[in-house]
Amino acid sequence: MLDIDQISVRYDGREVLRDVSLTVKPGQIVALLGANGAGKTTLIRATNGSVEIETGEIWMDGKTIRSLSRRETAKKIAVVAQENETKFPLTVLEFVLAGRFVHGGAFGWETDEDLRIAESVLYECDLTDFRDRFMNELSGGERQRVVLARALAVEAEILLLDEPTANIDLAHQALMFRLVRARCREMNCSAIVITHDLNLAAEFADKIILLKNGEVHAQGEPREVLTSENLQSVFAVNVLLDTNPASGNVRVTTIY
Amino acid sequence: MLVAALVLAAALGSERLSFFDLTEQQRSILFDIRLPRVFLGACVGASLAVAGAALQSLLRNPLAEPYLLGVSNGAALGTMLAFVFFTGFEFARPVFAFAGAVIATVVVYRMAKSRAGMNVERLVLSGVIVTTFLSSIIVLLTSLLDAAKLRSFTFWLLGDLSQATKSGFYLTLAVVVIGTIVLSSQARALNLMMIGERDAFDFGVEVNRVRIVVFGAAAALVGTAVAASGSVGYVGLIVPHLVRLAVGSDNRLVVPFSALAGATFVVLADTAARTLIAPRELPVGAITALIGAPLFIYLLRKN
Repeated sequence: MLDIDQISVRYDGREVLRDVSLTVKPGQIVALLGANGAGKTTLIRATNGSVEIETGEIWMDGKTIRSLSRRETAKKIAVVAQENETKFPLTVLEFVLAGRFVHGGAFGWETDEDLRIAESVLYECDLTDFRDRFMNELSGGERQRVVLARALAVEAEILLLDEPTANIDLAHQALMFRLVRARCREMNCSAIVITHDLNLAAEFADKIILLKNGEVHAQGEPREVLTSENLQSVFAVNVLLDTNPASGNVRVTTIY
Repeated sequence: MLVAALVLAAALGSERLSFFDLTEQQRSILFDIRLPRVFLGACVGASLAVAGAALQSLLRNPLAEPYLLGVSNGAALGTMLAFVFFTGFEFARPVFAFAGAVIATVVVYRMAKSRAGMNVERLVLSGVIVTTFLSSIIVLLTSLLDAAKLRSFTFWLLGDLSQATKSGFYLTLAVVVIGTIVLSSQARALNLMMIGERDAFDFGVEVNRVRIVVFGAAAALVGTAVAASGSVGYVGLIVPHLVRLAVGSDNRLVVPFSALAGATFVVLADTAARTLIAPRELPVGAITALIGAPLFIYLLRKN
């Protein structure tokens, strides 16, 4: 279980996060919503220890993140960051196997199990045909799927996803969210997902956190959080709320 | 391939040797002059190639090379200071070369790294600036040397194996063996660093520790190689590039294969340097640069 307890983060004296608290239970998917610059990415980076927190504490299974080694943290928390490119001719399989680094030794080569897991996440992510393709030859959306596959290969307890569907076509957006949800249900792990798609959040998240200027503006179940007052206050847009007839979840329509 | 190159290099030279029926004089040429030189060449080649391969992955830039980054010139200046001020101690040269290599590495790295990260242009530019700055200090110091020392020094600056000694060879051998093992131990972490520093950090790599180990090992490798043979350029660029074409980008293969291929490459290049205009000699660095500079331009354009 992940417990973020009143953390604050400063960049160059500017407070980016203030007294943010949130609890993520096993199996839960949490959507992190907010305007640009609200501190969503910083919250994710603080959670996996790559950004220093000033006050507060992050607890993971009863231990603080800062007491864990890099390897231990990375074994528990996997990240799908925004896109990155490499200039070296790395194959998709090699890239995904990087997710198994935390399970091997320094001199180590991948074991048969590592390879089996990599092949199976490639299959799950609809990437089997891309196995031996070079990363720098893929399109942005394909690369993004490989990045998710690598995070799944870690078999971590927590998945942190920073706009995982930004460059992805509709079919693969749905695939990615279904995958993350299936993974959380089956392996009892949890996910924090940053997205700008309110309806995607309403469909897939068990809980929504609305960030505004580095503070938690509202949190709770989608129907409680996605209200016209909250959305007016955070995004300065007028919305129409009703129910998605297919799923019964709340549906948001922006009024332009 | 390395063995074949070593045998070829031992046989060829301004005095052709047949290995059988050696005269006393030929025997002495082979064992006292030629073999130490050939073996030293192999160690120097392996050192530079391994250092190049590791630096490229660490800096995420296939163009990173000890010579272009100013590391070699840092080592050269260190060696020169030892040469001028501590003539008595043989081991002052590699120690000073190591210190020079470390300082040059840190300066170039600091200059190239901006808040936005590091790009090819900044890195190459920083390397060029540091290299030319160090060169001017070296030239300044050279003017203090007398004429006889000056000629051997100019030759050495361009990369020259003709001063090979047995103790120099043993030290270089020890460093190249240890350095290759140390860098191989970081190879899997370097695979992740190739993708990106933050990315590697996210997936469990102790980025700062890997950086210190790799910079330290690379500086030690380049330092001893330069102290023994001057600035043999472009080996760290050409060899890892060819190795990657053959075995892919996995550093667990690239690092050890670069050692073998680098040794082969410099031994062959030095054989060419000794035989092309025999009985006169070229500095081996001239040969490697003749091959390396066009390749560098090609890689830069491809990027």
